[in-house]
Amino acid sequence: MAEALIELAGVRKSYGVGTEIEVEVLHGINLALAAGEFAALVGPSGSGKSTLLNLIGLLESPSGGSYRLRGRETAELSEAELTALRATSLGFVFQFHHLLPAFTATENVTLPGLNAHGPVTGERREAARDLLRAVGLGDRLDHPPGKLSGGQQQRVAIARALSLAPPLVLADEPTGNLDTHAADDIFALLRRFNEERGVAFLIVTHDPRLARRCDRIIELVDGTIAGDRPNAAVRGAEAAGR
Amino acid sequence: MPFEWVVALRFLREGRFQTWLIIGGATVGVAVVIFITALVNGLQANTIRRTLGTQAHIVVRPLEEVATAQRQPEAGAAVLPRVQARAQRLRSIDQWPAVQATLERRPGIVAVSPQVTGPAFALRGDANKSVAVQGVEPERYRRIIAIDDKLVAGRFGVQPGEAVIGKDLASDLGIGLDDRFRLVTAGAAGPVDDAYTVTGLVDLGIRDMNRRAVFLGLRTAQALFDLPGGASQLDLKVDELFAAETVAQQVARETGLTADSWMKTNDQLLAALYAQTVTTRTIRIFVAIVVVLGIASVLVVSVVQKRREIGILRAMGASRGRIQRVFLLQGAIVALWGSLLGSALATAMVVVFLRVARNADGSPIFALELDPWLYVSSALGAVVFGVLAAVAPARRASTLDPAQAIRM
Ligand SMILES: Nc1ncnc2c1ncn2[C@@H]1O[C@H](COP(=O)(O)OP(=O)(O)OP(=O)(O)O)[C@@H](O)[C@H]1O
Ligand SMILES: [Mg+2]
Repeated sequence: MAEALIELAGVRKSYGVGTEIEVEVLHGINLALAAGEFAALVGPSGSGKSTLLNLIGLLESPSGGSYRLRGRETAELSEAELTALRATSLGFVFQFHHLLPAFTATENVTLPGLNAHGPVTGERREAARDLLRAVGLGDRLDHPPGKLSGGQQQRVAIARALSLAPPLVLADEPTGNLDTHAADDIFALLRRFNEERGVAFLIVTHDPRLARRCDRIIELVDGTIAGDRPNAAVRGAEAAGR
Repeated sequence: MPFEWVVALRFLREGRFQTWLIIGGATVGVAVVIFITALVNGLQANTIRRTLGTQAHIVVRPLEEVATAQRQPEAGAAVLPRVQARAQRLRSIDQWPAVQATLERRPGIVAVSPQVTGPAFALRGDANKSVAVQGVEPERYRRIIAIDDKLVAGRFGVQPGEAVIGKDLASDLGIGLDDRFRLVTAGAAGPVDDAYTVTGLVDLGIRDMNRRAVFLGLRTAQALFDLPGGASQLDLKVDELFAAETVAQQVARETGLTADSWMKTNDQLLAALYAQTVTTRTIRIFVAIVVVLGIASVLVVSVVQKRREIGILRAMGASRGRIQRVFLLQGAIVALWGSLLGSALATAMVVVFLRVARNADGSPIFALELDPWLYVSSALGAVVFGVLAAVAPARRASTLDPAQAIRM
């Protein structure tokens, strides 16, 4: 197995700690993800998928256990260090694409660079446009999100998640509100970036059809990992499908 | 452009209506502050100018004469003296040329002018008026009071045999330029009675003074009041108007003479001016508070509306400080815009005011000066208050839980 990108050991997450409504949502998760993996995270609603993804994405901190990202124990990092790590190591794609409506497609894609490296240079701008062309939006470069379809907005969000070439992209139901056709396209896009650029993906999905197209399927039930199996057949099947 | 600027400007442009709302509020606030300040400053400067148009900053006079008991008590015995206060007579300042020279060299004093002043009667035919005579050296006196500006006719000529008189006195006596009148005093050595030619008429701005003022040359007045070579008072001009009282006290201590500043002579006026200043300051503070609350409340709403965006920016790796600065910057930007527009509005208000507020004869009531510093300080103040207003919203934005924001 390749070097672990993330490593969770006994990770717990409780909400409402110290109040009457304290609930433990994740009960000791052990999970490792290697560079370049393409994994699906499935499970019934309320099982804690989004919570786990947010923990991995450093948007929330675990209540217990150890989480190492690229070899660093996150519990030992300060808020500022976590923020910096998030900026360079992780990309996010959400169900509701979450673009900034006041910025054009290109600007949305340049934002992470603006945050991490300062004022946008012509070079970085061109790179952002290349990325948008790569997701098939060459003719919508300067459109605001409001003038793009759901699938197109999701493509912009993918381009944005990839703009700083992070080793891992976390996608929470990226095709959740798209029709089957658009969902297939988006999924193929993620797969392409995984294969061409070696980006690891952890994709939450409710769609068994799409989950079966991943290399690995992690199943979460009631806050514990109920299944974690490689999907050996898939690579061949994907290749045959094309 | 750095991240904060890009995002702040874009957020402001996005919330167009809200942005204009707070810029509008800041504009009105800044305009009110500038206008009121300019108005009150102009009013006060005008009042002081008028008051000091006919008064020296400091007047130095001899100490009042004090009567003391002649008989000293013998040892073991007490004397009950009955001392009557002395009638004060017109006296000269001892060694006044030396005092004048000392005062002239003193830092803080820019001009010294000797005077002999005293009462007299002006006569012409049957008319007989009680007047206040001031004997001055024109060159020196001009540096204390811009007497030439007050001439309504003729010139300020006070050579021997010449006099400049108040315009109302002239009409009381029924005389004009080049006419002659007589001045009579009851000097110690018998009455003095001389004739003078009117060379100029002055308007001192106050009716009573215009009825009584007679200007003569210093030497003429010395002869008239039997004070050969003397000066009954020294008028001083200081470079720092509101330091006059301090300077007066120092002068009194150093020379052993009486020194009264304009501030002491006009303490009622100063109290009124001070009350006015306090009022303006209070208005300014309340305007600032209202503007700050306005900006803050609109920004708070905008933080709530932009929760998702803020969450995305945080997920993207924007730090808390960065999000905070985005909102602080928005406060500063709207305040700066407000101060620019407010300055323009205030200028327009002043122009309109000056056009509307006029004396019966059409001349402006008073000069309103728009000090560039007033603009600069208002702009700086507005930006400081804008940032201050944004502190609470910015803090809220930065402590927003990104995970929560994104789940929505
Ligand atoms: N901030 C919170 N406070 C309290 N409970 C929470 C909070 N966030 C999530 N939960 C609870 O945690 C559990 C897991 O939620 P989570 O969103 O991770 O589920 P999920 O697997 O993503 O579900 P879905 O498939 O519907 O998106 C749920 O029972 C939810 O009510
Ligand atoms: Mg979820």
